[in-house]
Amino acid sequence: MYDPTVARLTYRALLGRRRALILGALPLLLIVISVAVRGFSGADDQVAADVLGGFALATMVPIIGVIAGTGAIGPEIDDGSVVYLLSKPVKRPTIIFTKLIVAIAVTMVFSAVPTLVAGLILNGNGQQIAVAYTVAALVASIAYAAVFLLLGTVTRHAVVFGLVYALVWEALFGSLVSGARTLSVQQWALAVAQKVAGGDLVTSDVGLPTAVILLAAVTAGATWYAGQKLRTLKLAGEE
Amino acid sequence: MAVEQPQAQAMARAGEQTRIHDIGYRSYDGPRLGRAYARRSLYSQSLRGAYGLGRSAKSKVLPMLLFVVMCVPALIMVAVAVTTKANDLPVDYTRYAVIMQAMISLYVASQAPQSVSRDLRFKTVPLYFSRPIETADYVRAKYAALASALFILTAAPLLVLYVGALLAKLDFTDQTKGFAQGLVSVALLSLLFAGIGLVIAAVTPRRGFGIAAVIAVLTISYGAVSTLQAIADAQTNTEAVPWIGLFSPITLIDGVQTAFLGASSSFPGAVGPGTGEGVVYALVVLGLIAASYGLLMRRYRKVGL
Repeated sequence: MYDPTVARLTYRALLGRRRALILGALPLLLIVISVAVRGFSGADDQVAADVLGGFALATMVPIIGVIAGTGAIGPEIDDGSVVYLLSKPVKRPTIIFTKLIVAIAVTMVFSAVPTLVAGLILNGNGQQIAVAYTVAALVASIAYAAVFLLLGTVTRHAVVFGLVYALVWEALFGSLVSGARTLSVQQWALAVAQKVAGGDLVTSDVGLPTAVILLAAVTAGATWYAGQKLRTLKLAGEE
Repeated sequence: MAVEQPQAQAMARAGEQTRIHDIGYRSYDGPRLGRAYARRSLYSQSLRGAYGLGRSAKSKVLPMLLFVVMCVPALIMVAVAVTTKANDLPVDYTRYAVIMQAMISLYVASQAPQSVSRDLRFKTVPLYFSRPIETADYVRAKYAALASALFILTAAPLLVLYVGALLAKLDFTDQTKGFAQGLVSVALLSLLFAGIGLVIAAVTPRRGFGIAAVIAVLTISYGAVSTLQAIADAQTNTEAVPWIGLFSPITLIDGVQTAFLGASSSFPGAVGPGTGEGVVYALVVLGLIAASYGLLMRRYRKVGL
């Protein structure tokens, strides 16, 4: 199920060139902000939860997920070079699974690690906040990578749709319509974080069992469907 | 010399035998429409392209959808204002773009790369420059086209609000003043966002990557700034709030319109910049617009890319 050559190529496509720059710039910004906030206001649990919840988990993790998830397969389909990969005797679901592992790993490294560092800077892991949000970022990375990888195989405008989901659905609708929050990766991840933190600083609108089931279902379903999509992939010309 | 002689003679003989036959090709002697025409064409093509006109049906979906989503809340507000006979619109003209900033960012992110990245990717830029247009023409046409497209996107809902306000018989002078202020503010916003979007998109031939980079710059900067502002406000450090606002495009516009265009600030605690800080805001906005124009000129100075 895991093909090291495909993985190596995907790593190079993801981390080569300028993509690594933007992937690295976001975590750097988070850490700079944390240092600034700590200097501003000292260690404060509420402030730490605000920064990690409002900026790290709500903005940074989805965007890194979009870049890594769609970037793992989107550009190849876009410029047609995926044919060379598909013509090799490697199963299509294996290709998807390998790319998913790589996308998850990249998203985790670039979102969960900085979240932990930022949390430690902000309040030295008081009330388990840093660890809770790191766990949330890890969990969210898996689901985001799977969903956005699927988007990459479904549409050429994967980045746009991914961003529409991450910014409009989760941020805008989530804040207006409370029902939309049930269908939000961010809230599922927060449900897990709530369990870890235990306090009332990290809250989610979704219960833990629902969140875990939905997370698993979405990840598995998206991966399976992406494999199916890749089996019947049509290479369209540029519009 | 003696050796070369026969050769020269042979060539001379061959020269006598060669003929260029006139097979009737004619050179073009009609009017040449010139540089200004080419620039205008590039502008109108880019502007149409920004709404998917003249492109496939699939590429019309997103810009049109965003346009509709921008206008629908305005229509609802107008409907509410007319039916309830309110004395005022529920939202200020200047506030509308700030509320809908996610749509505006998405629009810039999706259309700026389609405007310039595809030219880079398919190496059509050298073809443009083989025509009478020059770097400045290309940059100006693309910049003006995207800024106009953004202006249409942001001004249309304001127009809906204005017409609706007049239909609801709200005070004419009051509404006209607000509408004019709103138009100035969205014009500034269009120039600023178009500049930032194009500079980022012009770096990469990959459309998807361009989209991600533009949206990252726009939303991450806003996310960071609003988080910091909220914290500064909660720490009752209110004089820091306006200064933090200098670091993201939408809060810059918010600050300028609070200081000069009679808008109420959407900063936490509603403490916008005063006139002194407002001058800094305006200077930063104009500086950013000039800088993005300069960077684009620099980017396209070398045609080979």
